[in-house]
Amino acid sequence: MNLTLKIWRQKDSKTKGQMVDYKVTEISEHMSFLEMMDVLNEQLVNAGEQPVAFDHDCREGICGMCSMYINGEAHGPDRGVTTCQLHMRMFKDGDTITIEPFRAAAFPVIKDLVVDRSAFDRIQHAGGYISVNTSGNTQDANSIPIPKKAADEAMDAATCIGCGACVATCKNSSAMLFVGAKVSQYALLPQGQIEAADRVQNMVAQMDLEGFGNCTNTGACEVECPKGISLDNIARMNRELMKASI
Amino acid sequence: MALDSKVPKGPIKDKWTAYKNHINLVNPANKRNIDVIVVGTGLAGGSASATLAELGYNVKSFAYQDSPRRAHSIAAQGGINAAKNYQGDGDSTYRLFYDTVKGGDYRSREANVYRLAEVSANIIDQCVAQGVPFARDYGGLLDNRSFGGVLVSRTFYAKGQTGQQLLLGAYSAMNRQIARGKIEMFNRHEMLDVVVVDGKARGIIARNLVTGEIERHSAHAVVIASGGYGNVYFLSTNAMGSNVTAGWKVHKKGAYFANPCYTQIHPTCIPRSGDYQSKLTLMSESLRNDGRIWVPKNMEDVLAIREGSRKPTDLSEEQRDYYLERRYPAFGNLVPRDVASRAAKERSDAGYGVNATGEAVYLDFAASFERYGKEQAKINNIQNPTKEKIKELGQEIVKAKYGNLFQMYEKIVDENPYETPMMIYPAVHYTMGGVWVDYNLMTTIPGCYAIGEANFSDHGANRLGASALMQGLADGYFVLPYTIGDYLADDIRTGEISTETPEFEAAEKAVTERVEFFINNKGAHSVDYYHKKLGKIMWDKCGMSRNAEGLKIAIEEISELRKDFWENVNVPGTTKEYNEQLAKAGRVADFLELGELFAKDALVREESAGGHFREEHQTEEGEAKRIKEFQFVSAWEYKGEPKDAVLHKEALAYENIEVKERSYK
Repeated sequence: MNLTLKIWRQKDSKTKGQMVDYKVTEISEHMSFLEMMDVLNEQLVNAGEQPVAFDHDCREGICGMCSMYINGEAHGPDRGVTTCQLHMRMFKDGDTITIEPFRAAAFPVIKDLVVDRSAFDRIQHAGGYISVNTSGNTQDANSIPIPKKAADEAMDAATCIGCGACVATCKNSSAMLFVGAKVSQYALLPQGQIEAADRVQNMVAQMDLEGFGNCTNTGACEVECPKGISLDNIARMNRELMKASI
Repeated sequence: MALDSKVPKGPIKDKWTAYKNHINLVNPANKRNIDVIVVGTGLAGGSASATLAELGYNVKSFAYQDSPRRAHSIAAQGGINAAKNYQGDGDSTYRLFYDTVKGGDYRSREANVYRLAEVSANIIDQCVAQGVPFARDYGGLLDNRSFGGVLVSRTFYAKGQTGQQLLLGAYSAMNRQIARGKIEMFNRHEMLDVVVVDGKARGIIARNLVTGEIERHSAHAVVIASGGYGNVYFLSTNAMGSNVTAGWKVHKKGAYFANPCYTQIHPTCIPRSGDYQSKLTLMSESLRNDGRIWVPKNMEDVLAIREGSRKPTDLSEEQRDYYLERRYPAFGNLVPRDVASRAAKERSDAGYGVNATGEAVYLDFAASFERYGKEQAKINNIQNPTKEKIKELGQEIVKAKYGNLFQMYEKIVDENPYETPMMIYPAVHYTMGGVWVDYNLMTTIPGCYAIGEANFSDHGANRLGASALMQGLADGYFVLPYTIGDYLADDIRTGEISTETPEFEAAEKAVTERVEFFINNKGAHSVDYYHKKLGKIMWDKCGMSRNAEGLKIAIEEISELRKDFWENVNVPGTTKEYNEQLAKAGRVADFLELGELFAKDALVREESAGGHFREEHQTEEGEAKRIKEFQFVSAWEYKGEPKDAVLHKEALAYENIEVKERSYK
């Protein structure tokens, strides 16, 4: 298929960006979206132009590196996928596709479609861990049974890949789905109880400091999340925060 | 230089404990004055960074991604082995050790493997304490699954995302130390050289991938944890950015490179679909617990399936060839990866491949749907359930176990694997070869260590499933933190290492000149043009089977391609900016050297062992045939061009295992 691409080009964080039009031809429906971008970039390099910078690494939907806002949706029109798992069969010949970076005040653009998501790391530094030394001298792994339901729910929360689609989607640029998922993982496990109060308070404080907005329960983040992280995690985080303050 | 593996004396089960009791320690106050650089933040690098920082060292960690959490360990799916024997099925430290040495086709170092098996149980304890949400059964205890090449269930897992959960565990341990200031994290940085001062590794030169600046970083020791080099094939299951550069740079400064030809071709990956493809996707080995692998028995069915007039589900049991169950009744679908891959290639080469390219076999879950479904019907007390009901109940169980993998498959292939069998084919997945290390995990450069997939030590010629995660975390959490102390004990009076020395200056100059060369070359071809060409040579001639003639041609071709690359490569943009093409040019330049050494190593190793299959050396049944004279590690010393590399041999002695023909029949 032949496509027109409207892509956000921005030289660096200080320079003003703009949308630029490109054409690509003979795109196979079996290609992934990023393979289509590879075709464009090879075309640009061979023409002596600068290729479009975008983050990507594992290309199987787990590293959380890819981060495109495609036709007004984080990771594009499909559900339950990252951009690297989006396939061109979701588009048709002659389409015009708009491609932008994940936009949020807390995610400044580095170049083109590459944004700085280190705010997520700093939220994790504030409490995204259990304070246990890695000496191996802990008790046997089976000494504390954990109800299967709790373990499974913790796993569902821990599935978050930290891509930032929730932030890019939210009209308030809220990071509460991301933070809620991490808080929930630990809140659901006995190992996380000891530091639960400090953790949620510190992580939420850092989240606010980074300039993420608040949650107004629209639920768009849950729809666009490639890993199906549930809004329940935000409710659980709020409950944990309330519990920590009394 | 003679190779000294520094394996401690004494009975194998006491070596590690006795060793730890006698090494030098660094007192906590002195650790504060010692810096360690760790390159890579996957399971090995992440766990090492966290543990070294907890011990009190000042750690500087480097990742080319934007966060340590994105290192490619994150993509490991199936699980992690540990000799816990929670299932009471006869597992033990010795049995894990035995399985690993046998699985590696008797080409790994006994003492290292035993130590790995010994610390494996601690890993699970550690990860649970960190909040890793492993799968559990209804009693609240940890669940296990089986992997290839073993007869016990010792694999712990978190759905099909075990690597992700373990890496997030290591990342959380790192976060705690970053918050304390004990780890200084350098994201979006790439190591481009190691700096050796007075014969010791004392720092690195790194490029800031956002600004393009070349930076000097000093330390008392340098740890390479940068993963494997599977991307030398262009197409592999590795991440796009995975590269050999850190390992190759230390090789060029004096570290021997061991067994480069030992590559793991993983049997269950999604087949390739076209020339535009940028990477291949793994379907976890754990699927072989519940999936049965087959091709049609009759050629007319193969052709009918290819042209679409028959569906795989139309074929009766009698019309199917479950070739692994037929050839290897004892292990069936759970034979080791190298054996399963070659068997798939054998059937495809014979013309029985089921897709348009003829390079695909089926992985079928229908039998498991039925087995689980019947069990669930009993548990839920459903009388006389219909076939559909059984299937539905069974699918729910399979979904709970592997749901994310089935979803991944459907998104890529556009077919529903609950309704039709998956199509799979082998793909490059892991490299057992790597930087040579002794028992301390130190390379032949004093003060330079290599851990995880970046080293060669534990998996011999073939790695068993779920052992990479085990090795990465064992090295980082439990081995390196001890062994590095023995070396650093001599550095307590050294003081801070200055970066204002001729050695740093020379290394920085060389790196700067190289990146400027790429930008100024203005050649005719893109970096990917060369990478794809290299990948094709590697796959065709150094892939699942190799022969002397092909390897000699490969050496010639790679050498010529490298020459062409340096003359005609085209890298757009400038050095002082975010420039992915520039970063990739450096990586491909190193792959072009490694690739030739790889082929040379494969040519010299005139035997078949594990993943290295030389067509000249096979049994009548087509199995790999080892040769006693090759019971050694090939460790290559850099001498300029790959063709001039000098071979050193580390003889392998097996005192605790009888070396036998590896049989899974």
